[in-house]
Amino acid sequence: MSKYAYFLGCLTPNRYPGIEAATIDLLRMFDIELDYMKGTSCCPAPGVFGSFDLETWLTVAARNISIAEEMGRDITLTCNGCFATLQEADHMLKGNRELVKLINNHLSKVGRQYKGTVNVVHVIEILYNEIGPEKIRDRVVQPLDGIKVACHYGCHFLKPSSVRQKGNPENPTMLEELVEAVGATPVEYKDKKMCCGAGGGVRAGKIDVALEMTRKKLDAMIEAGADCITTPCVFCQFQFDQGQTEINNKLGVEKYKVPVVFITQLIGLALGISPRRMGLHRHRIPVKPVLDKIFH
Amino acid sequence: MRSKVEVNADQALKVIDLSTTQLIKKFDTDFTQEVIEYASKFFENVENVKSCIQCATCTGSCPSGRETAWRVRKLIRQIQLGLKNAAIRNDVLWDCTTCYTCQERCPRLIPITDIVRAVRNIAVRNGFMLPRHVQVAGLMIKHGHAVPINDEVKAVRKEIGLSELPPTVHSYPDALGEVKKLLDETGFTKLVEEASKGVQK
Repeated sequence: MSKYAYFLGCLTPNRYPGIEAATIDLLRMFDIELDYMKGTSCCPAPGVFGSFDLETWLTVAARNISIAEEMGRDITLTCNGCFATLQEADHMLKGNRELVKLINNHLSKVGRQYKGTVNVVHVIEILYNEIGPEKIRDRVVQPLDGIKVACHYGCHFLKPSSVRQKGNPENPTMLEELVEAVGATPVEYKDKKMCCGAGGGVRAGKIDVALEMTRKKLDAMIEAGADCITTPCVFCQFQFDQGQTEINNKLGVEKYKVPVVFITQLIGLALGISPRRMGLHRHRIPVKPVLDKIFH
Repeated sequence: MRSKVEVNADQALKVIDLSTTQLIKKFDTDFTQEVIEYASKFFENVENVKSCIQCATCTGSCPSGRETAWRVRKLIRQIQLGLKNAAIRNDVLWDCTTCYTCQERCPRLIPITDIVRAVRNIAVRNGFMLPRHVQVAGLMIKHGHAVPINDEVKAVRKEIGLSELPPTVHSYPDALGEVKKLLDETGFTKLVEEASKGVQK
């Protein structure tokens, strides 16, 4: 059995707790235990707090990492923003002694220290690399036949590639392979690799700009006939799910209602985890049309 | 003796049009060096910013630029020319979603998105912060979360078999105390307070 320290961040526990439940249950089916990191804060968000003050961003990130170091476990998480912050902070600190000195001087004021003894692993890496699509396929009890899925990677899972070091970010296939493993069909759509619009503090600071970018992506997904969107990033999920209600309200339309299902929720559906446990009934855009198609 | 930075700005000027040269009087050539020094504390290859030839691969790749007036190559030029005020006082600086597409594709290997974050840091230090960003920073300072829990989600957590409050700083007041202390220690609390008053140094 392998064990990871689960970094919750903000949006997973505080807006989509169903993702938290789905991820814990799903990984447990493959003998991977997630232990909560107690007392963690916001990662802090890379494009928001990283844009305000990089030294503060790095210090708070290093505090969060130090909690996993005390547990002696590598970190995993369900948000590209958290991944961007913790993975980049760890990368920066492991390669820069001056920065470690500066950050540890701050951390010493609260009795903590960054040591550089753990790694930061995105949950999709556990699904794809550690478990693998084949093993997932073997455990399917409810194939998602006929479900067309628009995969949205989110920006910060693979970029910047010089820091993430996971190869070329222009044409990834991990999500599509996982979607196919559970019987669903990934659809190609215009501007698939484009940002959801929420990052970099744009959702927080200029929501109309963020929603306009989201709308363009949604139009392309709708045109491709997607039954649902899947993503490995809770922030992108929030932007698509909450964002569609905001776009509909803003434009006085009802056309934007593509359900958004996190990758661990989608796989969970095929592997028999109850939709209720995964909080799917509490998403802003009803997931019911997808569930009806699966459990017809 | 002329500084390296001035020479650099002169070279850059040779290839821009006359209307832009009208702006020379507003140049603050120290800004080029300020950005390079500040960003280099955190990121590698920042010096490459000097080598930008305005090929526009960045701007052509920019999803925000399709919707807004944000032109990322313009920021790079402003840095080369030392146009500090033009760079930090304009709200379009905050239209970048930090998607890193520009940085990935830059043929001169300029860490463009990292530089955007660094320039935003300098903007905040000079009192330029969007009002809604002040609010988000305030949530972090008060709750340790940019998006804190609410009653609706507490109920959902309970309903699906999770603890009502997540085991984050929401459940551990001492941990929240640590975060607050760190935010004071790094000067963040004061920085936001000053930016919220619109202090323009």
